[in-house]
Amino acid sequence: MFDGVVAYYLTGYTNWWLIAILLLIGFWGIVTQQNLLKKVMALNVMQVAVILFFLNAGQKAGTTLGVLRASEKVGDVSAYVNPLPHALMLTAIVVALAITGVALALLLRVYRSYGTLEEPEVFRRMQQQ
Amino acid sequence: MTAHLPILMAIIPLLVGMAAPLLVLLSAPLARGVVLLAALATLGCSAATLIRVLDAGRAWHYYLAGWPPPWGIEYVIDPLSGVMTTLVSFFALAALIYAGPYLEARRALEKGTFYALFLLTVGGLMGMCVTGDLFNLFVFLEICSLAAYALIAAGGRRSLVAALRYLIIGSVAASMYLLGIGYLYVMTGSLNMADVATLLPPLLDSPAGILAVVLIAAGLAIKVALFPLHGWLPDTYSYTPAPVLGFIAAVMTKVSAYALYRIFYFVAEAAGPVSATLEVLGWLAAAGILFGSIMAIAQRDFWRMLAYSSVGQVAYIILGLAIGNSLALIGAVLHIISHAVVKGLLFFIAGSIKWQTGTRRIADFAGLARQMPLTMGIFLVAAMSMIGVPPLIGFFGKWYLVLGSIEAGAWGFVAVLIISTLLTAVYFFRVIERVYELDKLRPEIEYGSEAQGLPSETSETAGRPLRVRPGTGGRLELPATMLVPVILLGVSVILLGIYNELLVTNVIQYALPWRLP
Repeated sequence: MFDGVVAYYLTGYTNWWLIAILLLIGFWGIVTQQNLLKKVMALNVMQVAVILFFLNAGQKAGTTLGVLRASEKVGDVSAYVNPLPHALMLTAIVVALAITGVALALLLRVYRSYGTLEEPEVFRRMQQQ
Repeated sequence: MTAHLPILMAIIPLLVGMAAPLLVLLSAPLARGVVLLAALATLGCSAATLIRVLDAGRAWHYYLAGWPPPWGIEYVIDPLSGVMTTLVSFFALAALIYAGPYLEARRALEKGTFYALFLLTVGGLMGMCVTGDLFNLFVFLEICSLAAYALIAAGGRRSLVAALRYLIIGSVAASMYLLGIGYLYVMTGSLNMADVATLLPPLLDSPAGILAVVLIAAGLAIKVALFPLHGWLPDTYSYTPAPVLGFIAAVMTKVSAYALYRIFYFVAEAAGPVSATLEVLGWLAAAGILFGSIMAIAQRDFWRMLAYSSVGQVAYIILGLAIGNSLALIGAVLHIISHAVVKGLLFFIAGSIKWQTGTRRIADFAGLARQMPLTMGIFLVAAMSMIGVPPLIGFFGKWYLVLGSIEAGAWGFVAVLIISTLLTAVYFFRVIERVYELDKLRPEIEYGSEAQGLPSETSETAGRPLRVRPGTGGRLELPATMLVPVILLGVSVILLGIYNELLVTNVIQYALPWRLP
């Protein structure tokens, strides 16, 4: 019963809707939040949504990881998930990590320079100098 | 060795960039020598590859680690990407030479970081130009963007905020591009550009195809700074150190425009959703040309004026892509070259003025022509090229664009191009007038002695008096390492203009997509 429900959600459209909502949450956060740290967090949410999109595209019901079984022939691709999106997303995760690292370093410098991370306040203090 | 030229031109900057911070600890002149040599080697690789491709008359396909596409990553050098890599590596070398005086007084750590980040940016841009793989393009886009964010942040307290905002906007753009690639991958099952190009046409006119095209267009349009997605550009350009800015302004937006050209004309056909998207981009570009030029007129700060001018000029390239006949595409590629050379040169000149006199305000430029005659002469050439005066390269890019829009019957675009030329003339003549205001020239006073009673006549004219930096000894108007790239680029503006026909017939006409209507 439980397996059936999981399989239904994993193979149906529900996943795609959830990913789309996650992407829009990230985008909404970047546009509306005034705190620069929250903007960076929203950016991460958006990147995670894109990563999940790729991973979801690589899924197939009733298959296993892309590691060759002793009993299987090489040519039998129907037994495996598509491993390429996983490989791509490893790279994309590293890229997202690097972006977060640079963003946090910049946030730290901004905070030390202006004493705040609220964007309007940062601009106000920039004007004063 | 020559068989591996396509990968060498991306790998050399990346590897030397990694090694540079360590080399600086050994000896700063050694590190500078190695970095300059690496930039020269990159330029050599690009030029050799371009010449070989033009000789052979067909694209050079290089398979990474011997894996044939679509399984492996493929680097493709055709005349178009050859031109782009040569342009990028040439500017990398010019900017590194120009950066010499800026770096002299810096600590070893700062020098090492600068070299590392700069070469990473160069490597990323080179990779974007040569790659034949859509996902690989994303990775290189992020390499060069990340290094560029850090380089921009080096310009002081104001540049920190500009860099952070650029980082957030740029990463959203990259995510959009990646999502668009995701849709293409789901539709075709391939990421190799040539492979996707053969699989895509029957699939493109579907909801997923439309989403993919729109997401890629939006992502790259942010990177190109196409109006109204240009918000990051003016602040970023205003606060970046001059050597970095000369490079970034010259090539970074152009390489993104190149990626858009590559994907919309070489991977996807200009039909269905692509031509609809291009039409929207074309009108945005037309609006951006006018907006950028008008905003440039309104600026008092020379750097900010050039930044808004970039918003307008980059849109010319997109306009050329939107019109999409062979004349307009030649114009777009020619404008990529001309705007890169001229805008890079103008930012180098702006940086030199700041270096020599400490000012960026146009009002303070009065009589600058007497203090820096050679630099200002080259500025005049660059400004004329930007406006579009015939023997210079800037004219020919616009000329082909105008011819292309006449051929396409797009009279609205012809009007925009002509009006924008007038507006460009307005904002450059404002500066030229100031610079050559010789009769109002005030006596130069020594650096840092403003407090000691100014001559009475200076108080009548607006702005601060010009300052002379001590230590130049009055021989050269600039340190030699700054003067050389400026002169080199100034000469190339004239030479490229005079020999533009050779450029078009021998190189650019082979840089057009094979599926032109």
